[in-house]
Amino acid sequence: MTPTTSSKRRIVLHDMTLRDGMHAKREQISVEQMVKVARGLDAAGVPWTQVTHGAGLGGNSLQHGRALHSNEAYIAAVAEVLTKTKISVLLIPGLGTMKELEAAHAAGARGVHCATHCTEADTARQHIGFARKLGMDTSGFLMMAHLNTPEGIAEQGRLMESYGANVVYVTDSAGYMLPADVTARIGRLREVLNPETEIGFHGHHNLGMGIANSLAAIEAGATRIDASVAGLGAGAGNTPLEVFVAVCDRMGLDTGCDLFTLMDLAEDVIVPMMDHLVRIDRASLTLGYAGVYSTFLLHAKRAADKFGIPARDILVELGAKKMIGGQEDMIDDTAMTMAKERGLLGSEIVVR
Amino acid sequence: MSKIKCALIGSGNIGTDLIYKLKRSPVLEPVWMVGIDPTSEGLARARDMGLKTTAEGVDGLLPHVAADGIQIAFDATSAYVHAENSRKLNALGVLMIDLTPAAIGPLCVPPVNLAEHAAKLEMNVNMISCAGQATIPIVHAVSRVQSVDYAEIIASLASKSVGPGTRANLDEFTYTTSNAICAVGGAKTGKAIAIVNPAEPPLIMRNTIYCETAETPDAAAIDASVKEIIGRVQAYVPGYRLVNGPVFEGNRVAVYLEVAGLGDYLPRYAGNLDIMTAAATRTAEMFAEEILAGKITLSPVKAA
Repeated sequence: MTPTTSSKRRIVLHDMTLRDGMHAKREQISVEQMVKVARGLDAAGVPWTQVTHGAGLGGNSLQHGRALHSNEAYIAAVAEVLTKTKISVLLIPGLGTMKELEAAHAAGARGVHCATHCTEADTARQHIGFARKLGMDTSGFLMMAHLNTPEGIAEQGRLMESYGANVVYVTDSAGYMLPADVTARIGRLREVLNPETEIGFHGHHNLGMGIANSLAAIEAGATRIDASVAGLGAGAGNTPLEVFVAVCDRMGLDTGCDLFTLMDLAEDVIVPMMDHLVRIDRASLTLGYAGVYSTFLLHAKRAADKFGIPARDILVELGAKKMIGGQEDMIDDTAMTMAKERGLLGSEIVVR
Repeated sequence: MSKIKCALIGSGNIGTDLIYKLKRSPVLEPVWMVGIDPTSEGLARARDMGLKTTAEGVDGLLPHVAADGIQIAFDATSAYVHAENSRKLNALGVLMIDLTPAAIGPLCVPPVNLAEHAAKLEMNVNMISCAGQATIPIVHAVSRVQSVDYAEIIASLASKSVGPGTRANLDEFTYTTSNAICAVGGAKTGKAIAIVNPAEPPLIMRNTIYCETAETPDAAAIDASVKEIIGRVQAYVPGYRLVNGPVFEGNRVAVYLEVAGLGDYLPRYAGNLDIMTAAATRTAEMFAEEILAGKITLSPVKAA
């Protein structure tokens, strides 16, 4: 990609540290930590930060884990310290509801990613419409986008636009896509969406493609990129925000973000917060290679400990069974079924 | 043996599947199908199967209720028109089985509280939601052993089995089911989660039920209770199957189910739709048995 010489192209960065990062922290980020990170993002000039349970509104559950605080408590605490950065939330219909969106808005949220599996956009119609009625910046967020064709993504994106979304995202939840996959999907979306509708890309770094895929997205017409500081996120993490800002600076893309502030935040605050080093290990590489939802990683590792089946085997089986985001219950279920097949589990009552 | 005559309101997939189930019933007979589109495939199929049909909505049925001896109606239309349909038919002494999310009558899950509703001679009973029918028996099976502070259910549905009505109104599904987990299942608080999975070939409906008990769970008693109730659901949904569990971790009880349909009109993977029509049929049969035994008599309901 060649830098434009006349005026710098503007890219809107959307921080995921305090939402996708919740997955990597098993939903255990404290309010104090959130506030500290949010101050850093605000100082660095990051325009948006997403604040919720990793699974979004309604995420507090046995299925997705319980966070230390309610979404409203996190949002209100972060909203209090921000001066420029705006707060968004994640809402997955079927899990989160409009009541919860209204409460998040009242607590200070001004944007929302309304997320569906990449073929099920019509389950978000009422939520997208309601978010616009609240005056929120509203993204239609097509998850596991590698499981739909460029043409299919274009159709689903058109639906989300017709419900009122002002941004449509291609979301590589499994970290499976290669730059050509991103180019094809975003290029086709750009052809069918209204010119004023923006396009976003949300990457995971399971194959190390977070930066390359985000650049491919921009080249194909995206103007919004999701990323997280030091990559704190599900699987091998998201596109690392500070690295992406450095690359954009070098390429002459205008993010409005201060690189040194972000690299200090990564090194001094985020990395010390990590429970495990968020990196491409064999399990997260398996996610990217097999096309499995990144959030399944830590659940699969826990199921491996419980039932004696390697996490990699469980992840491959979940991919083969075509499980999608939100089906975390199927991880223990699949591990138990595999343990029975391998003679590790009988018909006794399982008490742990 | 004489049978209780029934009308089906709504000529879509659910109404059509109900024809098959009612035709098999020893105590029910489908006589009328009500639609709103004279060219609908559902009405044509109903006529082929020997039913009388009208395309003029419930008003097209009302003049025939007395002459044809209709005593039970199934409403598979939408929450928006159900209240009006129910009022008109109740006024003629017809019992209403509500398969919409309207829920103006008491919520019914056959193995949990059907006998109670039949004893009270309720004139309108609501079938909640597919996820409710699949999961509430298990919540009840745990809560009848010991107190459940919180129950959470996850229903995974094949994309092809989720119709436009549900898609346009997922929040309604969430609220209705969460409420019924408490009101019928007996949990103190409840949460329902729905997943729509587009895999091909379509995945059979899956349900996971988590219950958190107030005290340490009595594993043996809960295991027996869960297996007993699964047997009772299998009496009307043979494809209702325990895949894994109950698994006990601390105070959490987890049960993993699969629900395959009978494949009457709807495909087998759509266990979510099948369990609604099967539960509705089972509910109507219970009332029909009481009517035929002379234990209850339906009478017109005066408008309030």
